[in-house]
Amino acid sequence: MSTTRILMLIGAAILIALPAFAPAYFLHLLIQILIWAFIYTAWSLMGRFGFVSFGHGAFMGLGAYIPALLWTFWGVTPWLGIPLAVAAAILLAVIVGYPCFARRVVGHYFALVTLALSQVVLLSLTAARDVTGGSLGFTQKAVGHSWYALQFPEKGYFYGIAVLLWLVGLLVWQRIDRGISREALEAIGEDEDAAAAVGINVMREKMRVTIISAALTALGGAIYGQYFMYLNPETVSGITVSLQIVFAAIAGGVYSMFGPSVGALLTLALTEGLRVWFGTEFIGAANTIYGILLVLCIIFMPQGVVGALQGLKLKRTPSGRPAERQTVIS
Amino acid sequence: MDIYLLEAIINGILLGGVLALLALGLNLIFGVIDVVWISYADIVMCGMYGVYFLYAQYNVPLPLACLIAIFGAACLGILVHKLIIAPVLGAPPLNQLLATGGLLFFLQSFATLLFGTDFRNIGVRLPVLEVATMYVSFARLIAFGVALVGAVALYFFLKKTYLGTAIRAIAQDREIVGLMGIDQRRLYLVVSAIGGALAGLAACLLALQYDVHPFIGNTFGPVIFIICVLGGLGNMLGGFFASFIISLIIAIGGYYSSTELSYVLAFSFFIVLMFIRPRGLFTP
Repeated sequence: MSTTRILMLIGAAILIALPAFAPAYFLHLLIQILIWAFIYTAWSLMGRFGFVSFGHGAFMGLGAYIPALLWTFWGVTPWLGIPLAVAAAILLAVIVGYPCFARRVVGHYFALVTLALSQVVLLSLTAARDVTGGSLGFTQKAVGHSWYALQFPEKGYFYGIAVLLWLVGLLVWQRIDRGISREALEAIGEDEDAAAAVGINVMREKMRVTIISAALTALGGAIYGQYFMYLNPETVSGITVSLQIVFAAIAGGVYSMFGPSVGALLTLALTEGLRVWFGTEFIGAANTIYGILLVLCIIFMPQGVVGALQGLKLKRTPSGRPAERQTVIS
Repeated sequence: MDIYLLEAIINGILLGGVLALLALGLNLIFGVIDVVWISYADIVMCGMYGVYFLYAQYNVPLPLACLIAIFGAACLGILVHKLIIAPVLGAPPLNQLLATGGLLFFLQSFATLLFGTDFRNIGVRLPVLEVATMYVSFARLIAFGVALVGAVALYFFLKKTYLGTAIRAIAQDREIVGLMGIDQRRLYLVVSAIGGALAGLAACLLALQYDVHPFIGNTFGPVIFIICVLGGLGNMLGGFFASFIISLIIAIGGYYSSTELSYVLAFSFFIVLMFIRPRGLFTP
């Protein structure tokens, strides 16, 4: 048995055993980390190939709001609501993605078109204040412990769901990473014309990874909504959330499977730690430091924490493979 | 024509003037330095706080307060360039975008830390003009006038002065300009200062109409980006016209539905137009 496998087994054992002895607050943090890790991983599926979307706030917003609204107002079970939300996100991804790719909207332009998309969802949710409560947000109808409504007051259940979700995210990452698509997407990320010239179906590859990424993000948003029960357009959609996703993923490192998860762990630990440290007296202090660290990270460690660590390791062993790509995107 | 609709259209055009000023600043920076300042609207926010504190707290006369705010914003522009843009100049474009995105987080949170999340108004009550039974806010009229004067001044600066010519040259060909004996780094600083000053000027004009709070940048920021992209990034004249297109959509949409939906309309219009003309409205 290799050391990596042993380490993974130990990790899995700790993950399974945690809810038995971890205090509720700790579990609450872990659930958040896992859900966000899943969403960041979903974003990185696109981001690692240089398709930097600022529109994932839109997919997360749809994912969070659709099941919550369906359940609260029409009593539709989330078991139906969540697939509907994922379908809606896929539809949106196709409606915006297809023309984007067909018309070669790339780089800055792609980032800003998707930024507009996340604003469209944010403002639509705010404008529909009769049902969504606008910027005041709304709380889902609570029924206590129920599989039908996918609501569990005990943290243990959601912990299990979050772990499962996270593993699904990693599995999808691995499948794409090991498939032929990865080579194709990397080629497209470097040069679309050249990729097309060697016979890669640029449109199909880009659409596929976009749809997967959007669908997973919506799924993450849906679980987020089920767990928190309270939803606010500002916390699940719009430019702030989109930027949060991009930053955390890049801070962790988008080129390795665990990078985005490390990003989720670090950013949440940091904001939570700073929040506890400063208390409620200095609102904004935590995010001020967070902002400074983000800028420093982008300037000095553009390949993320995991990327930087791998870079160090490679430097120490001259025979090792050179770091695959040091920059975020060209 | 419906008199209220006409009123909405006039107000839309007036708002367009201020947006045009911001679009000019952002386009100037992009055209010359090739970097998009995601946090541009937050520099405006800083300027608005400057005006608020100088005028409403320390009783500095308004024109002087505005001048100080503009100067302060210009310094902030230089600082942003020195501290954040200069280290990532050689980095991939999206890293540059993200570095200024981090600045957005920083400025918004720092403002929250310093000033809290209260909405603050400088408390200048300008009269509302009644023209042929329509109401036009005097503050907006001033804003529009000053913004136009600012835009024209920028135009002549770029066309008629040596520095302006150098700036236009660098926007056309980065490589050659160095050979012509022009110091790129100095030009970058000048452009950052001008960009900051334009944001400061816009801040003065907006402070007359809106309350300032730490997240006000989120209201204008995305709109300014779509204006610049719609006009073609770096294309100043395009950005100028696009400002009025977008502000008219927002004004007319707001007349028929709600403010949020009018922004939804503007953003959707932008997305659809990007599919038709991916490099901007005025770039063939």
